Amino acid sequence: MNFQTTIGLEVHVELKTNSKIFSPSPVEFGDTPNANTNVIDWGYPGVLPTTNKGVVHDGIMAGLALHAQIEPKPHFDRKNYFYPDNPKAYQITQSETPIAHDGWVEIEVDGKKKKIGIAEMHIEEDAGKNTHAVEHSYVDLNRQGTPLIEIVSKPDIESPDEAYAYLEQLRQIVQFTGISDVKMEEGSMRVDTNISIRPLGQKEYGTKVEMKNINSFNYVRKSLEYEEQRQQRVLMSGGVIQQETRRFDETTGKTELMRVKEGSDDYRYFPEPDLPVLEISQDWIDQINEELPEPPAKRREHYVNELGITDYDAMVITQTKEMSDFYDAMIKAGADAKLAANYLQGDVNAYLNDNQVDLQNTKITPDHLATMVKLITDGTISSKMAKKVFKAITKGDDPKAFVEEKGMVQLSDPAKLQPIVDDVVAANPQSVEDFHNGKDRAIGFLVGQIMKQTHGKANPQVVNKMLKESMSK
Amino acid sequence: MNYFNESLTSIHEKLVTKEISAKDLTQETLNNIQAVDGEIKAFLTVDEASAVKDAEQIDQNGIDADNGLSGIPVAIKDNMLTKGMKTTAASKILENFTPMFDATAVEKLKSFGTVTLGKTNMDEFAMGGSTENSAFKVTHNPWDTTKVPGGSSGGSAATVAAGEVLVALGSDTGGSIRQPASFNGVVGMKPTYGRVSRWGLIAFGSSLDQIGPITRNVQDNATVLNAIAGHDQHDLTSSTKEVPDFTSTLNNGVKGMRIGIPTEFMSQGLDDDVKQTVLDAADEFRKLGATVEEVSLPHTKYGVAAYYIISSSEASSNLQRFDGIRYGRRAKDVKNLEDLYVKSRSEGFGDEVKRRIMLGTFSLSAGFYDAYFKKAAQVRTLMNNDFAKVFKDFDLILAPTAPTPAYGIGEDVSDPMTMYMNDVLTLPVNLAGLPGMSIPAGFSNGLPVGVQLIGRPYDELSVYQAGNAFEQDTDFNQQTPKMGGTN
Repeated sequence: MNFQTTIGLEVHVELKTNSKIFSPSPVEFGDTPNANTNVIDWGYPGVLPTTNKGVVHDGIMAGLALHAQIEPKPHFDRKNYFYPDNPKAYQITQSETPIAHDGWVEIEVDGKKKKIGIAEMHIEEDAGKNTHAVEHSYVDLNRQGTPLIEIVSKPDIESPDEAYAYLEQLRQIVQFTGISDVKMEEGSMRVDTNISIRPLGQKEYGTKVEMKNINSFNYVRKSLEYEEQRQQRVLMSGGVIQQETRRFDETTGKTELMRVKEGSDDYRYFPEPDLPVLEISQDWIDQINEELPEPPAKRREHYVNELGITDYDAMVITQTKEMSDFYDAMIKAGADAKLAANYLQGDVNAYLNDNQVDLQNTKITPDHLATMVKLITDGTISSKMAKKVFKAITKGDDPKAFVEEKGMVQLSDPAKLQPIVDDVVAANPQSVEDFHNGKDRAIGFLVGQIMKQTHGKANPQVVNKMLKESMSK
Repeated sequence: MNYFNESLTSIHEKLVTKEISAKDLTQETLNNIQAVDGEIKAFLTVDEASAVKDAEQIDQNGIDADNGLSGIPVAIKDNMLTKGMKTTAASKILENFTPMFDATAVEKLKSFGTVTLGKTNMDEFAMGGSTENSAFKVTHNPWDTTKVPGGSSGGSAATVAAGEVLVALGSDTGGSIRQPASFNGVVGMKPTYGRVSRWGLIAFGSSLDQIGPITRNVQDNATVLNAIAGHDQHDLTSSTKEVPDFTSTLNNGVKGMRIGIPTEFMSQGLDDDVKQTVLDAADEFRKLGATVEEVSLPHTKYGVAAYYIISSSEASSNLQRFDGIRYGRRAKDVKNLEDLYVKSRSEGFGDEVKRRIMLGTFSLSAGFYDAYFKKAAQVRTLMNNDFAKVFKDFDLILAPTAPTPAYGIGEDVSDPMTMYMNDVLTLPVNLAGLPGMSIPAGFSNGLPVGVQLIGRPYDELSVYQAGNAFEQDTDFNQQTPKMGGTN
């Protein structure tokens, strides 16, 4: 039997506003527990929430970036449940009138483009955090009230690969708006998934299985792949899929039952009476539209079609807006498009990974890197020398000054190289003979000899060409 | 200090001319409480030391001649946060709760130089109409101590009626200022929803709650509202509308005013004396130059149901924060988290509060939401439309405040439905967010009877203006109770 898979993704994105969504407490992580809280965050008697306008702004911006319709008069709702990290025993969220709805994200899998629909996107507050020790449990409300947007996909995703591509696109799109760091590893992006399968051709969806808080895109894909297989096995052997929540075990690569859902949770949603209905004018929407940076897909198109770099390089460069901006600045400074892309996706990315740092927090500047690339293209330095220059750039040094100071200028002048070439050819008759017998390796040996004599300064391309000319005479 | 013969104006003059100091005034007010409150039991907390200290400070700063509230002792309903002064909402769950900050209304009063004497008794979390739902004590009506003072602001109304203080703050979710004002023969104003900040008011029904003054006369009431009204950045439901001087049109009379009496408010279940009081009041207004006609608010009959669903739903959510985790009562000897929640709340809340939490939780539940909460919200819209229609042709609505005068302690408390029906005349005003004021307008067997003046949204001015015209031409508010033969 053949099956059809349907996947739904609920993505929470933490906004990087200065203060919380309904209180003036700062949004800061890693501080002493409960340091960044006030009476509103504690759910103190008599307190009232006030809406952070910046959160509404960011919500609109995310909605626009996802091609969604903006709700002109959204209100907040209360979602009621008891838990110690939820001090009011209700979360202020949006249920009836999400700030944005009916958007889409375009993905590409195996060369095929597809639009994945966004059912809705709403703004809400995060909860605090409980930690459990042997005798006691502790509640830290620093995270309580951190603004979140939740993005809910339509049932358009049909494979784990599509889910992965969707998350990657979503992350980039949101990252480009600048409203969030969207980092899974730091919790500023969180993914809940649900997956069901049904026999090909069947109209009704199968029973959904949910998976919560999986902590990388890769694990999302793996857990969905596993779950897809598991559900097929169950159905093929005549079993029934239960409505349940499962956990992904990263070490075994399998999903495990957490709890079976009996009926649906009753959160007793109702309109939040403490907050007036928001009024979002078309003027405000237009103004935010103006602020919206060019989306990553547009930039990729430009890079591939006009600058001639590969799809892969374009993809890597548009991982973050900062890198894409960096690349644009390098091009503007006159760097070769392909070489610049090579360095960004190669040495620069390796450096960022090794040091676990974001590009904007390093000393590397577009000007410096563009200068280095230009020194390579005009033959001043070799790509081998460039390794050292790059290291200097990461320390904030000016590449030109560094190259001059170290005397790293590449020997490209044929007049200066000719005597050395002649000497080496004269001293290695065996290699010359090998070359004439069609052994290409021989020329490599000769280049090596010349590099040795010039302490690595000779321009290998020039030397190569001169050797061939010299031996062909 | 015999407050029966005084007003804010007369006391202010005594303070300005130094006939009495703020400290002595506070001391004498504390003496009043000492003398009378054993019988009335209007107060849950009286903080003599801090009151005297505050009064001394005011004397030191000097009485402000332009500010009628300078040096005036006030009583605050116990559901408004008072910094450093116990605030319980008359509930065991907050029995030992001392807030870190003042409610905005309290803070504003303080900034006018008032002295907070203490906190008044109420129905637990303002749920009730007799103050009998207090977890701590039963307050007695000064006019007849076998009767209830009404509620939920029963303590605030009784203390003013008993002459203990001149000014008290109450809160009104479905009539909790106006009904006790009626039962106690004092003036109680529920301002327009949004006129006074709710910051620091322990929430009951958030879309209905409003703080307002209880005083012996209309002018005093307007003076107090002047102090507490206005936008508050802590409360986004508080209005940014400009606040007029509510005393500015007090003496403009009612000539030419069009007043409507809703037929639905004068029908079944209304005590004969109460009905007659309203008809007499109508004649009085006619005599003063207003036109009074019958009007219709056809959806009134659905008000009680809609109100109890909406207020209880909001309350069920608002009261979830009292979970024993961060403040307030925490049950001992619990096995696990759920046990902690269940025990703390079971021990901490009284029967009426539990009843409303259950009613509200049910109304919001999946499968019932549309039939209950949503339907109630629709009824609310229809009721608003009824009022809006009447206010196209009329400036004010005149109505009875409560169906009966004060009833006996213990009479109604056993039957919640009878209790809920008592609010039928006041709660439409909350559902529509309108200003409504109860003023003394008659007596029935020696018990005061009030009538209610209801205005357009944010038109407290007309309410005060008409109320003052009535008061100036009648003497109902000059009568005083005879408590235990002491007066």
